[in-house]
Amino acid sequence: MSHAAESAHDAPSILREVNPTPLPRATLVENNRSFGWITDKICGIIEGKTPTWWWVCFVVACFVASFTVAGLTYLVATGVGVWGHANPVNWAWDIVNFVFWIGIGHAGTLISAILCLLRQKWRTSINRAAEAMTIFAVVCAALFPVFHVGRVWFAWYLFPIPNSNYIWQNFRSPLEWDVFAVSTYGTVSVLFWYVGLLPDLAILRDRFTAAGNRLRGWLYGFFAMGWRGSNRHWSNYEMAYLILAGISTPLVLSVHTIVSFDFAVSLIPGWHTTIFPPYFVAGAIFSGFGMVLTLMLPLRAIYRLEDLITQYHIDCMCKITLATGTIVGYAYGMEFFIAWYGANPYEGFAFINRAFGHYAWAYWIMISCNVITPQFFWFKKVRENTTLVWVLSIFVNVGMWFERFVIIVTSLARDFLPSSWGYYSPSIVEIFTFFGTFGVFSVLFLLFIRFLPVMPMAELKAVMPQADPHGSGDAGHGASGRSH
Amino acid sequence: MAAQPYGLVAVFDTAPAVYHAAETVRDAGYKCWDCITPFPIHGLDRAMGLRRSKVPRISLVGGVLGFTTGMSMIWFTSAYDYPLLVGGKPYFSPMFAFPVSYELTILFTAFATIGGMFLLNRLPMHYHPVLKSDHIVRGLDDKFLVVIEARDPKFNLAATRALLEKAGGREITELEA
Repeated sequence: MSHAAESAHDAPSILREVNPTPLPRATLVENNRSFGWITDKICGIIEGKTPTWWWVCFVVACFVASFTVAGLTYLVATGVGVWGHANPVNWAWDIVNFVFWIGIGHAGTLISAILCLLRQKWRTSINRAAEAMTIFAVVCAALFPVFHVGRVWFAWYLFPIPNSNYIWQNFRSPLEWDVFAVSTYGTVSVLFWYVGLLPDLAILRDRFTAAGNRLRGWLYGFFAMGWRGSNRHWSNYEMAYLILAGISTPLVLSVHTIVSFDFAVSLIPGWHTTIFPPYFVAGAIFSGFGMVLTLMLPLRAIYRLEDLITQYHIDCMCKITLATGTIVGYAYGMEFFIAWYGANPYEGFAFINRAFGHYAWAYWIMISCNVITPQFFWFKKVRENTTLVWVLSIFVNVGMWFERFVIIVTSLARDFLPSSWGYYSPSIVEIFTFFGTFGVFSVLFLLFIRFLPVMPMAELKAVMPQADPHGSGDAGHGASGRSH
Repeated sequence: MAAQPYGLVAVFDTAPAVYHAAETVRDAGYKCWDCITPFPIHGLDRAMGLRRSKVPRISLVGGVLGFTTGMSMIWFTSAYDYPLLVGGKPYFSPMFAFPVSYELTILFTAFATIGGMFLLNRLPMHYHPVLKSDHIVRGLDDKFLVVIEARDPKFNLAATRALLEKAGGREITELEA
């Protein structure tokens, strides 16, 4: 005690200067790459010859997509009865698939908007592909409700456009809210993606023009809007990007909230719960990160992008999957608790029936994929094994599809009156249509990686140490050199 | 006599170099000049003496417009043009009108933000003297350019060239108008 007092006497009572502890920053671009390397690497993917694997995947994806085309054509030609819906389950795979795809999209917006606001710089190497994933997932999602209306040529009745009946949409209905939520979501996602692409399109314009490919130079140039990297432009651009991130954050949360209102606002046991909005949003982000991992890990391996998608990036994505998966697991538990604690016999029955009734197989697939799978991501060994991470991400995708199936089908198949109970099985047309959407998604994604930069070059450069104008990475980093 | 050039362009190799050059040019009192960078450099706005972007004002207008559009559209359709009783609920209530108005707020803000960004940047502008420069390819890739326009009142071919040289610029060339 006296010793401590003595040394305190020697030292000044107030420090002259407080320096923050230098914490090591994660390296976002490995091997000390230069700016030029990034441009060459990302543009090289587009400029190079179309690889054979791309053609093989593209042909397979087109074949798979043809199942959706065939299924929907048959539906339009015959009627919506070709799907397996019948009383009491009049809503099944179509809405399951819709929620599944729209949920996948949410990770893209989370990465581009929420992580941007939280200044998570690791988002830069995955945000372009994740946003592309969002847009293509919304396309796949929108197919189902649009075709479920039956006479698809009347789908425009969903929007408040004056029609010959002089009648307007019912704005008290969550389904009408959903029309606005999903169409806004799709539109804003495309706008956000396009704004991010703008500087990269300008690079491609100049490179293709310099290489003498005038057609592609002109096409990229058309969409680049004459971008010239002016700092006066960057100033407005960055502000616009920040605002878009700021409005996309409440947007992404509201979209899945409104999707959950489709169920929560009804009175069906198992649907009529207030936990739905946060639970759906967490589930959406969980499934979306599953899909991001499913897509980015092969992309990283094929194009040798290990320097840009580092182990740190994979760790971050795995940890978000773990966190959101655990929230989802908590929500499953809490639903059960409230069903018991709420003392509503119908609610209680709905949950016992989910776990032990006719659809118990689906319930336990859901639990094992969504609650148990992500727990492996606690272990560093697992996160470092990319093959294993990829396999686990597939389980996450499967599990989240089953979650929507369990919620929607079990509640409808066993509602208040035992006399109206039923058992739903999908028809072959439904199965084919859903299977085909993976093809639709893959076709769009393959076109994206062939013709657009898979990573935002400008944003990647901005998070490199050489980009700091006050010079931590000032000297000796070879910022201008085109060596590796 | 040759036509008046558009301006002078100088190349810088690193982000700190262009940052300090921007401070030099700003302090020399130039107004019509610009930096061309492959990515937004943190703090360069202040080094150039730029004021805060005006995009948020346009966004705000879009947001307000979106919210009022949503609310008034739902009031018009549900309570005025064709009132229809559904489930005994009121013809209009800001409660059920809120989700749609909220989405429209975001939608209109997004369009206003992007439109505002293009408007303030005077884009699209596919022909610009800077784009004709041979340096532009690398100015979007890994080099940093400073362009001083001839229409600046302080512009003087020799003096401006000397300033850019002093600031550390290389390959100083005239841009054809």
